[in-house]
Amino acid sequence: MTTTVGKDLGERATSGSGATSGTAHKRLTPAPPPGKLEDSPAFPAAAKRELGNTQQRDNLLRATATIRAKRAARAAEVDQWEELRVAAAAIKDRAHRHLADYLEQAEANLTRAGAHVHWARDAAEANQIVVDLVCQTGVHEVVKVKSMVTQETELNEALEAAGIAAWETDLAELIVQLGHDRPSHVLVPAIHRNRSEIRDIFVKEMGLYGQAAPEGISDQPAELAAAARRHLRDKFLRAEVGISGGNFIVADTGSLVIVESEGNGRMCLTLPKTLISVVGIEKVVPTFEDLEVFMRLLPRSSTGERMNPYTSMWTGVTPGDGPQDVHVVLVDNGRTNALADPAGRQTLRCIRCSACMNTCPVYAQVGGHAYGSVYPGPIGICLTPLLRGLDRPIDRSLPYACTLCGACTEVCPVKIEFPDLIVQLRRRVAESKQAERRPHLETTAMAGGRFVFARGSRFGLVGYVTGLAGRVLAPRRTFGRHLPWPASLWTRARDLPVPPKRSFRHWWKGAGR
Amino acid sequence: MSARSEILARIRAGLSDVPAGSAPDGDVPVPWEYGRAGALPAGVDVLELFVERCRDYKAVVERVAADGVPAAVVRHLTEAGVASVVLPAGLDEAWRDAVVAAGVEVLGDEPLLSAAALDAVGGVVTGARVGIAETGTIVLDHAPDQGRRALTLVPDLHLCVIGAEQVVSDVPEAVALLRASIEAGRPLTWVSGPSATSDIELQRVEGVHGPRTLIILLREVS
Amino acid sequence: MARPGENLRVGLFATCINDLLFPGTPAAVTRILERLGCRVEFPTAQTCCGQMFTNTGYFEAGLDTVKAYAQAFDGYDYIVGPSGSCVGSVRHQHQMLAESHPALAEKVARVVAATYDLSEFLIDVLGVDDVGAVFPHTVTYHPSCHSVRVAHVGDKPLRLLAKVQGLTLVELPDAATCCGFGGTFSLKNPDLSIALGRQKAANVVASGAEYVVAGDNACLMNIGGVLHREGAGVKPIHLAQILARTEAS
Repeated sequence: MTTTVGKDLGERATSGSGATSGTAHKRLTPAPPPGKLEDSPAFPAAAKRELGNTQQRDNLLRATATIRAKRAARAAEVDQWEELRVAAAAIKDRAHRHLADYLEQAEANLTRAGAHVHWARDAAEANQIVVDLVCQTGVHEVVKVKSMVTQETELNEALEAAGIAAWETDLAELIVQLGHDRPSHVLVPAIHRNRSEIRDIFVKEMGLYGQAAPEGISDQPAELAAAARRHLRDKFLRAEVGISGGNFIVADTGSLVIVESEGNGRMCLTLPKTLISVVGIEKVVPTFEDLEVFMRLLPRSSTGERMNPYTSMWTGVTPGDGPQDVHVVLVDNGRTNALADPAGRQTLRCIRCSACMNTCPVYAQVGGHAYGSVYPGPIGICLTPLLRGLDRPIDRSLPYACTLCGACTEVCPVKIEFPDLIVQLRRRVAESKQAERRPHLETTAMAGGRFVFARGSRFGLVGYVTGLAGRVLAPRRTFGRHLPWPASLWTRARDLPVPPKRSFRHWWKGAGR
Repeated sequence: MSARSEILARIRAGLSDVPAGSAPDGDVPVPWEYGRAGALPAGVDVLELFVERCRDYKAVVERVAADGVPAAVVRHLTEAGVASVVLPAGLDEAWRDAVVAAGVEVLGDEPLLSAAALDAVGGVVTGARVGIAETGTIVLDHAPDQGRRALTLVPDLHLCVIGAEQVVSDVPEAVALLRASIEAGRPLTWVSGPSATSDIELQRVEGVHGPRTLIILLREVS
Repeated sequence: MARPGENLRVGLFATCINDLLFPGTPAAVTRILERLGCRVEFPTAQTCCGQMFTNTGYFEAGLDTVKAYAQAFDGYDYIVGPSGSCVGSVRHQHQMLAESHPALAEKVARVVAATYDLSEFLIDVLGVDDVGAVFPHTVTYHPSCHSVRVAHVGDKPLRLLAKVQGLTLVELPDAATCCGFGGTFSLKNPDLSIALGRQKAANVVASGAEYVVAGDNACLMNIGGVLHREGAGVKPIHLAQILARTEAS
């Protein structure tokens, strides 16, 4: 299905609505890096590549340490923090265990309030719905609020192929778009960039797509933010179509919620004539009152603020205020796979706060680009394989991109039990490896280990062998650095102790106990 | 099969572990009591906390006696150098008269001002629906004293007058009050300080696309 | 005066890594517990907690070690191991693995409830924080992830260290961050494991301590491996080996 739609989009682009004016390959917006995220190399190789980027590592370590401390301080302020987390998890579980009913309720309330509700089975269908809606308006550009689900569906590229320019308006998304880059974080997509890199991107690219950066602009964040304000102002004021995601859909009122900081969200939600909100089906919460729980948890968990600067809540069309042509696209795109998975269902509780990745030691080293998904970090390594399956090398490697340290679970505002779920996902990868005909070093080693560790008597024999090795190697204390693979994976940077001459159990026996 | 039917069918198929026909609240109890007042720090009343928290997010806040509001509105607009303001139709007449008398150009929003016209206006004066002390938030429900959403978005200065009686302790009390607005079909805008971003090295910068200046007048009974 | 552990029979859970590579640690546990009056036994049917298998996705292999553990330790009122990670695995994973085997599950529930990390056993069961240890050195403490977040030992190791005569405890910067060992993670993602190990080692060096102490030898093997390779001079040591030292030793 994907290919057909892709071809269709391509034809539309070349047949040329006015914006492309016959030059099919002239892009309207900055091109992202080539290649598809899901074709990323397996995590260890991607991580190695990212570890080599020392500038990025510095940026990430500094940024994640800052945001971790802010979150911790703001969470500690709230006496009921644990109660709130328990409530949030329960509200989401309630919504998901009765999801069809709540979605139907939300749809009925949205429709009553004048919104048009669309349903999309997958990314291609979601993109096609949006492209068609924009084409019906006759405009060739849209302004976008930062949205994870449209990153997931790669909506911008579908719009570009249809001759429609999609302008990202969140500052970090703007940095990413102008930088021909990909987001590396769900909250701060340009977290891997520092101020001087951002300045360079603005100086080089802004003028190509609208208001240029001022002459002699410095790398002060305030000046950079001001440049973004000027650059986007025209786009906001002339915008006829806005595209958003949605943080929550309230079933019992049909309201949508967007939580943001900069006011770009308000611009996109308020000034255009047409508003298209693309929302994952898992975003539904049963009642308006449930927002009291999430509005306390989300800002503190994400930016480490008591409250984010702006939150918009709206219900369909408000006569005389804002867009009068309102659409909501409810997207599945793998979410029903996660829902059907008893262990994986909890990932749908995620409110995209990013506390897990901000706390993850692995994420802080490699950043979001290593994960081959728009969802990096702990939530990404769980959610991505649930949404996309475990067939591709990157997806099979994601559950192993974790030391099982458990720091993420401590900070998750909806209490996702990451380590337990990750271990369950590893089980699926291991089972599929075992089912393959070709031998794997891992499956062979594990089978051998299973035999040995099943009986104390067998394990005791290992102690004889290591003791013998210890006696042969004595008086050396450590192995050298040139052991063959796979031991070299350890010893190339870490010394490995030579085993003692007697294992503990032999010492115990020898001591006459 | 339509996408809608197919997705709903997938959902139902994926939830075979949920007892058929079970009521959501019985199936998953939510151990939470809604709408409770929040605890205040010792020795601080709700208004003091509101002022402190609004200031914490870089809003300008002044406590004003009710009869001093018109003069305070004029003073803040003048000090900020605002030459023109848009005033929503339902705003207190006394405030409007004071602003007009001070020589500030006043625009109405009927017929609706274009985005470009709003962009050329210096500021906007509104009321509010609820104030939240714990988080330093004002919530607009865009009733006639607040105007449609664009009015408090495009101009670069927002002066908001909120009554002391409108300020509640924390988010749950606010949400309980706001249901009426939502049921009346009104949109809500929660505002905590001027627009801000932390997208560059997570350093907070105030002032991006929304109003870069937020002035809150807390109106108290004289 | 009666010793706090008098007449208590304790099954020593050495853990596989200690049995093969760090026998001094379970030996130290034995000395501490016997000093406090316990009768320590080492059931030789034990092998391992099984997390190496379970955490790599090999649940069937993990289940076999669960069986071995239950068989070795069934009947003990107290099972004590010098590892937050292995004790945490017993506590958090064994029942999950055994749940579809009713007869085994019952036995597993019994041994799991009786299993303690050394620091928990000393403080919660024996009610002692001063075990009479002497260690006149500067140390920094690495709170291993599983000891804190799976076994939930809390500050018990620190309370024990605080009572060690002559010991100076210095703060470890960024202490709560993982050292990068992660079991098979260290081989599946070696570059990352090394990067995290180096970060932890740098913080250990920055602390100014002579020793880095933890309740898990796997983490210490990783941190110590980097420290040794880099010639940093800071030595890894297990908590039990500090607590076992007395004036006489």
